[in-house]
Amino acid sequence: MPAWRAMWLRVEGHWAWYRRYWRSSLYSSGVEPLLFLAAMGLGFGSQVEAGAATGGFEYLHYVAPALLVAGAAMSGMGEASFPVLSGFKWQKDYIAVTSTPITPGQLLGGQLLWLAIRLGVSGVVYGLVALAFGAWLRPGAVLVVGVGVVTGLACAAPVMALAAATYDEGRRFVVMFRFVMVPMMLFSATFFPISQIPIELRWLAWLSPLWHGNEIARAAALGDAEPLALAGHGSFLAALLVAGIALARKLFYRRLVV
Amino acid sequence: MAKEGEDDEREPHLMVSGKALVKRFGGVAAVAGIDVEVRRGESFGFLGPNGAGKSSTMRMIACVSPRSDGELRVLGMDPETDGPRIRARIGVVPQLDNLDVELTVRQNLQVYGRYFGLSRAHVRAKAVELMEFAELSDRADDQVEPLSGGMKRRLTIARSMVNDPEVLLLDEPTTGLDPQARHLLWGRLYQLKQQGVTQIITTHDMHEAEQLCDRLVVMDGGQIVAEGSPSELIARFSTREVLELRFAPGEQDGQINHVADLAGRHEVLPDRLLLYADDGEAALEAAHARGVRPVSTLIRRSTLEDVFLRLTGRSLVD
Repeated sequence: MPAWRAMWLRVEGHWAWYRRYWRSSLYSSGVEPLLFLAAMGLGFGSQVEAGAATGGFEYLHYVAPALLVAGAAMSGMGEASFPVLSGFKWQKDYIAVTSTPITPGQLLGGQLLWLAIRLGVSGVVYGLVALAFGAWLRPGAVLVVGVGVVTGLACAAPVMALAAATYDEGRRFVVMFRFVMVPMMLFSATFFPISQIPIELRWLAWLSPLWHGNEIARAAALGDAEPLALAGHGSFLAALLVAGIALARKLFYRRLVV
Repeated sequence: MAKEGEDDEREPHLMVSGKALVKRFGGVAAVAGIDVEVRRGESFGFLGPNGAGKSSTMRMIACVSPRSDGELRVLGMDPETDGPRIRARIGVVPQLDNLDVELTVRQNLQVYGRYFGLSRAHVRAKAVELMEFAELSDRADDQVEPLSGGMKRRLTIARSMVNDPEVLLLDEPTTGLDPQARHLLWGRLYQLKQQGVTQIITTHDMHEAEQLCDRLVVMDGGQIVAEGSPSELIARFSTREVLELRFAPGEQDGQINHVADLAGRHEVLPDRLLLYADDGEAALEAAHARGVRPVSTLIRRSTLEDVFLRLTGRSLVD
């Protein structure tokens, strides 16, 4: 079976589940970013004056693209943690799937493709509602959905690798959510530029895939792009994505072919 | 169905053939060099206690665990290089059910069938047929989670049939089920055998082995210690009948010498004494004549349990 078809069949398998349970997952991936947009963009943002920190833009315009990307990053990490561990450990559906002609590598590919589709759909829904709020200034904002997908996958792939190497109840994911995901969301130029972070700690933001994603998303939505900086941000995300997939692939095989 | 040229040209009737097959985990050999051949249409068993290497062997045959050494051909192909092609033609019933419990019975069959690349129309029809087979038609659109253990097991077996496999691998198919559910399952497996499906079964249960297997190997410590049909093994390694004597606590040791010579062989278990005699009744009369008074006695046919005891000095289920 060609790899793309195997991956697509896995997506189809997820769709069978999603059709029954889409309501519960809609909240975290779709509604939550909109609540943030309403609270931060419209509510809190009404108290923020456009200035140097926001690049001269209204706060709603400043924060809207980053909220999409941050939501995708969080969804990606969440979907790559307990749900993936469950495939190995509790539900064991990964063991069932790899008893068929589908290989562990194709299974991983299917997981990532399914995640990409969900991030894309959530991004479109968010984007349309944000449009109604008047959050977008230019057509280039359409690209923010793609930036969200790539950033979400780049955050998810290493976490999938971690899940494949987790044999206990997954306590490490709780630690990761608290000490990696939440700080990343807060200090990656989602709500304010990293120039506000003391220089001694700023390197942490440079390591954050979300910061790189936010920078690209803002460039697309607000239109003040520096080609060299964009190339750097894009390379960081691409490198993380490729390395994360390579590691996850290796660990999927190690876990499923023993 | 088998495509031409894929089956082992030398032995087209061989579904599985392993030579000096080894599986090591770290330094430990779970399977320590076994030779095994399974022929088309037969029900073949691996009988042994937990840890004997049965499941490790099954996983190698199922192409989800690479062999450490030796040769292995499944449907004439090498699992090392042809894993997906072999897996497309076999069915696997794992030791622990791994159904998607959040989906319905029907969805489990359809989604799984699609992983074999079967068309939507085909898996729709196949699911109906398999639910009929597994007596789950009235639960077709119920979620799997609340089903009983026996129902889930039947669904797992039905799911393994979705690609019309030529070989079915059943790892401890009825462990943990109540007697009624087991008998229903055994009936279903017999029906599949009648349809010509080759079955490979692991079990630590002698009843199951006797019920299901045409031929079996007894495994212990990663090695095959005997091979044959259940009746052959019993004839070769045990007597026709067994006399079981139970004594009051503490009395057994003192009684062994009085009765040991009444049978060709005896085994001492913690709770009873087994005398292997072709005529159990005669042995019991002789024991009574010597004034031996056990608390209870039982004369029964020899089983594979006795074969295992003879071969390994241990019980199948500790």
